Amino acid sequence: MTTNVQAAVKGEAPGYDEMYEAGGGTRGPYEALARWLADLPSDRLIEKRREADLLFHRVGITFAVYGDEDGTERLIPFDTIPRIISRAEWRLLEQGLRQRVTALNRFLHDIYHGQEILRAGVIPAEQVLTHDAYQVAMAGLDLPHQVYCHIAGVDIVRNGDGKYYVLEDNLRTPSGVSYMLENRRMMMRLFPELFGLYNVAPVEHYPQLLLETLRASAPRGVRDPVVVVLTPGQYNSAYFEHAFLAQQMGVELVEASDLCVREGHVFMHTTSGHQRVDVIYRRIDDPYLDPLAFRPDSVLGVPGLLAAYRLGNVALSNAIGTGVADDKSMYPYVPEMIRFYLGEEPVLENVRTWQLRNPDDLRYVLDHLPELVVKEVQGSGGYGMLIGPTSSRGEIDAFRERIRANPSNYIAQPTLSLSTCPTYVEQGIAPRHLDLRPFVLSGREVKMVPGGLTRVALEKGSLVVNSSQGGGTKDTWVVD
Amino acid sequence: MLSRVGDRIFWMSRFMERAENTARILGVTSNVVLCSTPETQEQNLLAPLSITGTTDEYFERHDRISLPALIDFIGLDPGNPSSIYTCLKLARDNAHAVRWQITSEMWETLNAAWIEMRSFRRESVTGPDATRFFDWVKDRSHLFRGVTYGTIMRGEAFNFSRLGTFLERADNTARILDVKYHILLPRVEDVGGALDYYQWTALLRSLSAFETYRGIYRDQIYPIKVAELLILDSRMPRSLAACMEEVHHAIARVHGQSDQPAKRLAAVLQARLVHGDIEEIFSGGLHEYLTDFLTDVNELGQRVQRAYLVTL
Repeated sequence: MTTNVQAAVKGEAPGYDEMYEAGGGTRGPYEALARWLADLPSDRLIEKRREADLLFHRVGITFAVYGDEDGTERLIPFDTIPRIISRAEWRLLEQGLRQRVTALNRFLHDIYHGQEILRAGVIPAEQVLTHDAYQVAMAGLDLPHQVYCHIAGVDIVRNGDGKYYVLEDNLRTPSGVSYMLENRRMMMRLFPELFGLYNVAPVEHYPQLLLETLRASAPRGVRDPVVVVLTPGQYNSAYFEHAFLAQQMGVELVEASDLCVREGHVFMHTTSGHQRVDVIYRRIDDPYLDPLAFRPDSVLGVPGLLAAYRLGNVALSNAIGTGVADDKSMYPYVPEMIRFYLGEEPVLENVRTWQLRNPDDLRYVLDHLPELVVKEVQGSGGYGMLIGPTSSRGEIDAFRERIRANPSNYIAQPTLSLSTCPTYVEQGIAPRHLDLRPFVLSGREVKMVPGGLTRVALEKGSLVVNSSQGGGTKDTWVVD
Repeated sequence: MLSRVGDRIFWMSRFMERAENTARILGVTSNVVLCSTPETQEQNLLAPLSITGTTDEYFERHDRISLPALIDFIGLDPGNPSSIYTCLKLARDNAHAVRWQITSEMWETLNAAWIEMRSFRRESVTGPDATRFFDWVKDRSHLFRGVTYGTIMRGEAFNFSRLGTFLERADNTARILDVKYHILLPRVEDVGGALDYYQWTALLRSLSAFETYRGIYRDQIYPIKVAELLILDSRMPRSLAACMEEVHHAIARVHGQSDQPAKRLAAVLQARLVHGDIEEIFSGGLHEYLTDFLTDVNELGQRVQRAYLVTL
């Protein structure tokens, strides 16, 4: 079986494979797994996979389908072959993540206070101050520990050169951590013997770390803070995760209608009267939080919440206005933020990015469109995007005109070849592209559990790992 | 507990209980109709509509009353807000909204019932197999109540589930009694005739009280004894006395703020049943008694909502 997988890997994916070296050897951390896989009767994996499906359905680890009527919900495909990261490599990742998220929090504090980085000319002021997600209401507001982003999900990929790159910082309401936790539970249940072969770093304490982080963000002077998770409701696609985290932390899962603001404090309606709320882990985007302050048509929000927040009577995680630091227009500056605030060189690299607002970058990109990926600054989910190598001449020419019309709306990056990992698909085991989303918690200090969520593109050759577009997930192991 | 969550649990339990009682009413109706005279047949067919308060809705859709149309309307019609179909849907929807605050067994029981409900074909339910459908509904309700009792922590979720179940049952038993007595009472002096015998046993059976009646009274079936059993005997689990005892216990366990109006009324209603006398009830008029009781139970339901479940 091993040789088949190797052949498949070599044939299909010339880039970096997590399990096999280019010469065909198995990489150190994967050796025991490869031997175990080779000895495994082939039907056992099929049977285990079926068992996993059943368990996921029963436990209800599903992805709500909007407008669902039947009580049937979709599963996010779970792959039974784990992704393994060596302890040494994780140390590097952890160091880089800690550094990056710290700098991003310093940046957020700065732009809502003294704006030193803007005055120093490191980032053009108008790019920050006119940004859609820049919230004037946050100016001058002092947050506990000066932390804005308590929960960050940083997307990391490994390129063909074998190096890790940060692809995106998610600083608003990143999701996926419940799958990380459930995937581990599932693997331990399905293949306990594998955990005898490896010393896998635990992740199960994430809800505890999250609760500590949230409690640490409570308004000053609150002794035993009451924490809640605020969800848009059961029809939100990530509702499972909201409910799961609330349950795991032992806190209430609230909707906006459960909350009210009275005399500058936030309360929830309970069967025994109003109860004070000190910390809101909100999974609702900024514009919907408070109809009095933001979108007046929002029914997901709590009227008066922003006022209570500005009085310092309630904490929001993440803070309002973090989105200014995590989109594609700000991404190219993150290495500079690290140098500016921490006086350090970035441990984790950015993907090289051309900002088409700069004439030099624009000229280069227009000359090299067939080999680049061009993205809209505000776009997401693969919309408004040109993938040079797979586009026709006509498509490229049309896109060239759109760039020329509004260059500052675009950035460009080289086409990455995401690393692959053997994955169980219809045809058997084959290499599929993947990324990694570790979750970084910032409270009194920065904490994370080893690993994160590995997302895998199940279509052959596909680079799209999003669960909304047929991506799956793998358990992620950091091993000694 | 969040008021919204309490409210969902309360209504989840009410709708499941309502589905069961509706199935009981339909079950007994299809039995009684088989041995009715032409004059009483129409009355018997109209009774379920009167009990569920849907007579007008029925005749908006149907020109005349017939058993298959009745079963279709009360059992399966998604457009009828009190059909069994609608009750099961609402029970499931309420459970879905709080599936993380109830046990997974409770959620799975209601979800499975709803999925199965949707698979019933109308023809097969309104035909000779109707009884199987009614039994299935009763079984789902028994299962759900048992699963709830056997799995949920004894806390506010449990209390509100019990409150919902027994308030609903008290309401339903009173309605069944009231309507059936209307049909049966004019013929009291004929008690003992074969036809009445079937009518009375059907009523008792619809409330799972036939064997109990026989066991307690070891006598032929007298209306006043039937009423005594179904109103005042707290050993009989569908009687008004038993329901109000459960309601009273459940509400006493709830920790609330400004909930005295609700708790007081629950205590008063229970005390009245404990100390009630069937002769007295009859001399004041059974129909009047039941009408007052229904008003009180309705008021209690509203006080429970106001005290605990409304988010203002």
